[in-house]
Amino acid sequence: MDILISGLLLGGTYVLIALGLNLQYGVARIMNLANGEMLVLGALASFWMFVSSAVSPLLTLILVIPLAFIGNWLIYRLLLIPLVRRARHQGQLEVDSILATFGMSFVLVGIMVALHGEYFTYSFLARPITILQSTVALNRLVAFGFAVLIGALLVLWLNYSRAGMAVRAVAVDPASARLVGINVEKISALAFAVGGSVAAVAGVLISTFITLDASVGVIFTMKALIIIIMGGVGDVRGAIVAALILGLVETLVATLIDPGLTLASAYLIFLLVLLFKPQGLFGRAQT
Amino acid sequence: MFKIISANSIRKGFSALVVVTLTTLLSFTAHAADPIKIGAVAPKTGPLAGGAAVTQWPNIELWVKEVNARGGLKLKDGQRMLELIEYDDKTNPGEHIKAVQRLATQDKVDFIVAPYGTGFNIAAAPIYAKYGYPQIAVSAISDKMDELTARYPSLFFTLGTTTAFVNGVKDILAGMRDSGKIGNKIAMVNVADAFGIELAEAARPIFKDAGFDIVYDKSYPLGTPDLSPVVKGAKAAAPDAFVAWSYPPDTFGLTEQAIIEDLQVGAYYTAVATCFPAFGQKFGSKIDGVFGAGGVNPDTEEMQAYFKRHKEMTGKDADYWASANTYVSLQILEQAIEGVGDVDREAVTQYIKDNSFDTIMGEIKFDNQISHKFWTVGQWQDGVFRGVASSNMDGVAEIKEKSGWN
Repeated sequence: MDILISGLLLGGTYVLIALGLNLQYGVARIMNLANGEMLVLGALASFWMFVSSAVSPLLTLILVIPLAFIGNWLIYRLLLIPLVRRARHQGQLEVDSILATFGMSFVLVGIMVALHGEYFTYSFLARPITILQSTVALNRLVAFGFAVLIGALLVLWLNYSRAGMAVRAVAVDPASARLVGINVEKISALAFAVGGSVAAVAGVLISTFITLDASVGVIFTMKALIIIIMGGVGDVRGAIVAALILGLVETLVATLIDPGLTLASAYLIFLLVLLFKPQGLFGRAQT
Repeated sequence: MFKIISANSIRKGFSALVVVTLTTLLSFTAHAADPIKIGAVAPKTGPLAGGAAVTQWPNIELWVKEVNARGGLKLKDGQRMLELIEYDDKTNPGEHIKAVQRLATQDKVDFIVAPYGTGFNIAAAPIYAKYGYPQIAVSAISDKMDELTARYPSLFFTLGTTTAFVNGVKDILAGMRDSGKIGNKIAMVNVADAFGIELAEAARPIFKDAGFDIVYDKSYPLGTPDLSPVVKGAKAAAPDAFVAWSYPPDTFGLTEQAIIEDLQVGAYYTAVATCFPAFGQKFGSKIDGVFGAGGVNPDTEEMQAYFKRHKEMTGKDADYWASANTYVSLQILEQAIEGVGDVDREAVTQYIKDNSFDTIMGEIKFDNQISHKFWTVGQWQDGVFRGVASSNMDGVAEIKEKSGWN
């Protein structure tokens, strides 16, 4: 039971980490290597608000969501649109966006080092709570709750709203989406901005229980990448399922075998998925 | 048309001439008191940046500001100010070596502050030795010191050996066991990184020889997002003492989990960053009685003055361990340069070997390039992290009994 609950909570953390990049890469087709930095930026905002004026991270969220949305929308409109327009095919956009966002990640790290080069660590809701005889930290549980909420909202939005349908259409095939009258640039900007906000929200929540620093973003980008490739690029359900599997397996291995093997086990499942279902758990085969 | 152009170019030519003359004059006057160039290479980004931002960079800043505030270092040919040139090694040894090379050949600095981190001090030792820079290593703990100092004549160590650190912990635990405060079951975990692995390997035989029973012994990868399985596992083994050879993010993470799981042990130890002011701020009174690597004697006049200056000049609190040692290494460099009266690196290195130095941690001298004066274990006692075990330090505090996590 301990394993199930701890594993689900860790999986929830991974859901938070992966959903933002999934929208940015899957829909806007921007392989955003600065996604982890956006997450750390959210964490820094939360840490800073908490330490300087004792503002609850949950209140910081209200501030961070619109700021991150606008910030990411501007990044897409100003910095990435030129790349999208000049790209002749998908591969070129991918290479260009990797290079551009890689540079962007350095800029963001530099800014954060200048703001606060030390660890972002504080205590928020670090209280034990017992669920089904298993002790868990309240801050992790809150983050899990938000992961469920954000995941559910995204799934509902994508599947039951007009804008969501347009987003899915762009994710499947940008060229054909344009033919049926979808403004691909606008939808991509929207997806990119929503993705950036999700990453920043993840940062706020994760900072309540993991100690971060300005340059840790790349670790989150890598984890997110593994999860969305496992789940199927652009598929929100796939990312959620993959994140939960990863959380459960890592906790299972850490508890029953050895905590030293968690990373190895994560890469092992990743390899297995790539071997037997290279398009991802929920991905469609390329035609 | 032509006239205008020629008038313009004459004016341009004239102002260029003025600029040239001024620069010549300036460089000529500056020449009399060229600053002493000090290089510093340490992480500003990457995994070790958070620690360097607490322990390394503020002390360099403090030292340079202090020396310049009193007019520079006193040499034979008058006082000379310090000029600091900083590079980020991105927590990458390759980058570090490149930066040192640049400092030596392009910037032509007179001295370089030793690197941050054990691996970096060892990996970069050949390049410091090649250019003859004295390397007074602080943040470096190793059992290979004799071998290294024999190979690199300008390398000095100040923070102690792996074995000394483990023995510090062992002595504390054995003392508590012999006075009946704890039993002899230890749960030990370590971060799967050179530092954690070396300490865990040194600790296994030392704990066993001291009659302890290691009931839980696991490692976890650096950056593990969820340490609850580790703490749950340790708790299930019902230990009397918990020892973690940990790095900063996991020192915070393990302790938070230990509080959440209510891990009841008579002695709780985490390694690096337990001594950080941020650790005390995060956990408040809950961590009273927690042991950690390092320590200080905060009661001496020198240390109190140092803490005050550190806060005033850098805006940050010094940590309760290697901050002071880092500052001491710069005091040693300063006194050696002034003692020689010149920026001759070979003479300064020899001066460091032959003399003793008056520092904020008392008198320091090197025995075969190694200082044997350092703290090994500290304990949080009423909001201050006091040294409770040391090698040759004065003012070792009494151990306080830990009573739960409140």
